[in-house]
Amino acid sequence: MALLRVEHMTHYFGGLRAVHDYNLEIEAGQIVGLIGPNGAGKTTIFNLLTGIHTPSEGRILLDGRPINGLAPNRIAALGLGRTFQNLCLWRHMSVLDHVRLAHYARIDYGLAGAFFGTARRHRQEARIEARSRELLELVGIGHLADQGVLNLPYGAQRRVELARALAVAPKVLFLDEPTVGMTPEELGQMMGIIRQLHQQLGLAIFLIEHRLKMVMELCQRIQTLVFGEVIAEGTPGQIQNDPRVIEAYLGKETVD
Amino acid sequence: MTKEAISPGRGPSAVRRILGPAPLLGLLTGALACVLIERFFGQQVSDLLHLPKMPVLFGILTISKVVAGLVNALFKGAAFEGIELLQLPAAGVYFAVVYLLPLIGVGRITAGAANRAAAALARMPLPASALVHLGLMYVTLHVWAGMSDYRLITLNLTLIAVLFTLSLNIINGYMGEFSCSHPAFMAIGAYISSLFTVGLFVDDKVLGKALVAMPMDYLTFPLALILGGGAAAAGALIIAIPSFKTRGDYLAIISLAFLFIVKSLFENLQVLGGARGIAGQPDWATLPVIFAVVVLGIWIINNFVTSTLGKALNAVRDDETAAEAMTVNTRRVKMTAFLVGAFWAGVAGGLLAHVLRYINPAMFGVQKLAEVLAMVYFGGLNSVYGSIVGAVSISLLGEALRPLEILKWIFIPLLLILVMIYRPTGLVAFRDFDLRKAMGPRTDSRPKV
Repeated sequence: MALLRVEHMTHYFGGLRAVHDYNLEIEAGQIVGLIGPNGAGKTTIFNLLTGIHTPSEGRILLDGRPINGLAPNRIAALGLGRTFQNLCLWRHMSVLDHVRLAHYARIDYGLAGAFFGTARRHRQEARIEARSRELLELVGIGHLADQGVLNLPYGAQRRVELARALAVAPKVLFLDEPTVGMTPEELGQMMGIIRQLHQQLGLAIFLIEHRLKMVMELCQRIQTLVFGEVIAEGTPGQIQNDPRVIEAYLGKETVD
Repeated sequence: MTKEAISPGRGPSAVRRILGPAPLLGLLTGALACVLIERFFGQQVSDLLHLPKMPVLFGILTISKVVAGLVNALFKGAAFEGIELLQLPAAGVYFAVVYLLPLIGVGRITAGAANRAAAALARMPLPASALVHLGLMYVTLHVWAGMSDYRLITLNLTLIAVLFTLSLNIINGYMGEFSCSHPAFMAIGAYISSLFTVGLFVDDKVLGKALVAMPMDYLTFPLALILGGGAAAAGALIIAIPSFKTRGDYLAIISLAFLFIVKSLFENLQVLGGARGIAGQPDWATLPVIFAVVVLGIWIINNFVTSTLGKALNAVRDDETAAEAMTVNTRRVKMTAFLVGAFWAGVAGGLLAHVLRYINPAMFGVQKLAEVLAMVYFGGLNSVYGSIVGAVSISLLGEALRPLEILKWIFIPLLLILVMIYRPTGLVAFRDFDLRKAMGPRTDSRPKV
């Protein structure tokens, strides 16, 4: 049984068919990549799976449980953490608060705890803070915990998003172009972190990425999306040599 | 800790540098010394300075009276005696002698002892330390307000304004929505609590004879306030359900409509006295009661906004999509915050009704809205300190500049515009209120340059 399974998902924005008959299976511990030219619908697929949009047709099963139609916060709480392509950080909050807040669904001290500062709240907040600091250490920015996010360099902001997504305790982690706009040095570090997370936590990861080198190195399986349809799926080796993929990226070879 | 991190490079403020290493405990002691000096020597000092009477609001009122006289003389040809100009420096001297110098002096002299005491208190449980500070603060306010009825009513109204402002800051600051219905919540709180107290315990022309006669009926006052707050929260539900179903700026429009609906409802409900309102509330909102309720309100709201549940408000404000993706139930967060804000506005309304002992619908109109919005945005968004600063400064300025009449409405908006230009989010915005840190000794945080 696959951890995340998508069956025949199709989505229309008005009359526009953004995604057509999309299928996906991610097993526990697997890294799957989604590549495709700009505007192919990769982020739309992420938004459909995470509940920001509800697919027009098809089924999404997380750990055997149908999740389409659920609100994004429910889906996230069921075990789907994500990062965003263009950073979506909370500009007035500290790094630590970002990670703490992603524990929201597991807080059960209730409003009474929030209003009156009960002992239960203090215990729980202390646990959450300890775990948040661990996660920040894990992605290598433990020393920045008390900074405001806007003071951080770009690469560190990406890591905040990553730590925040991990705090949701995801079964599958969705990474939407985690290295976009990064320097080669930052890119190398990010790849190291993703690999480390994969090994240490045994996470299943679903990755959108433009840098083919990174996808080829990290992923066990790759899907190529063009105009909302998967045109090729297979191991990195298969994808690399697939003429349809080459055509999608480089255009058709014509001889005149 | 977070505070310095978020606003880096800000050294100790000018005020801080003058006051030196005095902890809050020392400053409160200094303030108490000031009011005691005024209590026993204020009259003599003002006689010596040839002031017509003891200045009631730190001398600002005196100054603005003279300025008003001057303006009237210039533009309307009213009589003005040059000798009155001497009151300007006299009021300044009075302020310096009675308030400024004793505060700095006592603060600096007792700094060592106060720091040791604060350190000892810091080792005790937080409530004990808080009670000592609050006790000192209360005694100071009590002595200060005891010197004139005018001061007492100004102080009472200011404290209520603090609670009212903070309750709106939850919605407009912490959550970043724009709500206009706060005066309506205050009105609901004022009316429902009055209905309870006047209806049950007082013979009244509008609400009929007292239904209950019991000894110590003032002990039911908390219940009256809770009922008022609860009714305001119930009213808020009417706005919250449609406004938070979708994203967008519907709240501002719906809440403004709600304000007008509630006001005209009370104007037309003859059973509640119509436009003339309800009078004769029992005199239960005394200074200690108001002080206690306002402190309780600040404590609870501060607990709420500093918890992770409360931080969800900031997340919803800064990026709602991200908040949802991080398991935050954004709709519930917004509803909760809105209802909490409305509840405390209702409680503030209950207090107001029993301070003024008279309410009518006209008190809760657009002018009240403008006033409370000014307090929130002047003081600072997303900050308990800010709400206190905003409510106190706008209330006191409003009172102190009263003699200027129409010019007051030029001066205060001008001040607001300047704040908006130079500190767009308000004077002390985005500042966490850390009780333990505020009350702690200051030995470890000497100004370092």
